[in-house]
Amino acid sequence: MIPVFEGWGMSYEAAWATSTIAGILLIALPLMLAVAMVIYVDRKIWAAMALRRGPNVVGPFGLLQSFADGLKVFLQETIIPSAANKGLFLIAPIITFTVALAAWAVVPFNSGAVLADINVGLLYILAVSSLGVYGVVMSGWASNSKYPFFSAMRAAAQMISYEVSIGFILICVVLWAGSFNMNAIVVAQRGHGLGIVNGFFFNLLLFPMWVMFLISSLAETARAPFDLTEAESELVAGYQTEYSSMSFALFWLGEYANVLLMCTLNAVLFFGGWLPPLEIGILYWVPGFVWLLLKIAFFFFVFSWIKATVPRFRYDQLMRLGWKVFLPLSLAFVVLVSGWLMFTRYGA
Amino acid sequence: MLQAIAFYLFAALVLLSAVFTILARNPVHSVLWLILAFFNAAGLMVIIGAEFIAMLLVIVYVGAVAVLFLFVVMMLDIDFAELRASFMKNFPLGIAIAAVLLAELVLGIGVWQSGGLQLGVASGEAAPLLGRSNIESIGALLYGRYLFLFESAGLILLVAMVGAIVLTHREGRAVRGHQNIGKQIARRPGDATVNVRPEIGQGVKL
Repeated sequence: MIPVFEGWGMSYEAAWATSTIAGILLIALPLMLAVAMVIYVDRKIWAAMALRRGPNVVGPFGLLQSFADGLKVFLQETIIPSAANKGLFLIAPIITFTVALAAWAVVPFNSGAVLADINVGLLYILAVSSLGVYGVVMSGWASNSKYPFFSAMRAAAQMISYEVSIGFILICVVLWAGSFNMNAIVVAQRGHGLGIVNGFFFNLLLFPMWVMFLISSLAETARAPFDLTEAESELVAGYQTEYSSMSFALFWLGEYANVLLMCTLNAVLFFGGWLPPLEIGILYWVPGFVWLLLKIAFFFFVFSWIKATVPRFRYDQLMRLGWKVFLPLSLAFVVLVSGWLMFTRYGA
Repeated sequence: MLQAIAFYLFAALVLLSAVFTILARNPVHSVLWLILAFFNAAGLMVIIGAEFIAMLLVIVYVGAVAVLFLFVVMMLDIDFAELRASFMKNFPLGIAIAAVLLAELVLGIGVWQSGGLQLGVASGEAAPLLGRSNIESIGALLYGRYLFLFESAGLILLVAMVGAIVLTHREGRAVRGHQNIGKQIARRPGDATVNVRPEIGQGVKL
């Protein structure tokens, strides 16, 4: 975008600043809109699977339900418990929300259409998503209340546990793609399966990694069946118990932005990102971001489907799955993948 | 220009949050200030072009180590009155540590002024690898020149890990009845329930 702004007679610095700000707005504003719509879609899918109607009153087909909710929440009073640690109590939702947005900076929407094309893109996403736990932990502690505190403890342990195996899964992908850059990872998936299928999932060594990544991303975003941090039968509403109005809404938006990010990661790392699903010339007529959006939508449907059908895990089962199943398996696959690459690609 | 602004911003925030780390009365606030310091230090790393180190700093220290710190500190039940009472008792020790730190600081500045330390080769001529990414150059160094040092560092960490597990592992205490997930899932309703229609006035034999 920089040359465009330079063409309008700006200096390089001014063009850089303008294009960066424009890029941030171009990502953040549609993302907020997408989060609002995705909450509606989530409720609709959930309702359909439970043979209910779901939101259908506000606007045609209930399409404006999320906006009505947002307006309602905006007009509510912010209640701060008198025993709460005021500063941290207010900062916590802001951190959750900001971190959820910041990770989108390195997501490639099309060939070259990425805000920050850095060569440690995947590490950046890992780093930023590991910050997400602070919003939850701080809110749990600052609320000075028992249920949020339990929830914060659970969240911290859960997110750290699954980050470990996610790290190893990502290493497998990086090894195969030979780069940490998100765009390079997408390009490396071109014609990966028999020269026709675009995507790392079409690979005997990486397909199990994708299954584990999908499950780990459910745990990382604390979605059902791993939503133990807000298990309403045990912890009221978890770390959000004491929150109201906008501070509650920020948690909500951040949570769904994180879910969308995980869907995007699934699409980008294993399903070819902005590449069409099949390596056929005519499919390239459809712009890349449309393919990416379709894949994200598909994964979001899978997330909602799981939420509607799978019962919640027990906490010890969650820990067992993370540490005793996923961690050894992903470690073994790091060895397998690097061994196979050494044998076929880098060997003698 | 932009670099200078960014540098002073990050550096000032590192110093500020470091100061608040030791000034904060509440240990939880202390840890949070420490996290801010880590984060800004990562920003400084980015400025000097070591983006890989920066990301690792955030992932390892901010994402994992500090979370565990916070975890422990949040559990503490702090009595502030007692904290102030024991202040005078530990005062001499504190002064001693402060003196050592001051001496180190003076020494460090003195060394720095006598010329920068050049890392890399024995002769002190560090050859920057231009045109290669951080990850590639670090990988080439770790798995090439420093292979044995790197491997032995890994071994030491493994020993530390095994040690920690040995210290906390108690044989015989965990007799809480082991769960076999496969057995639990393989169990069918027919194994656990029987359908009977008892005669009136008669109970059910189990």
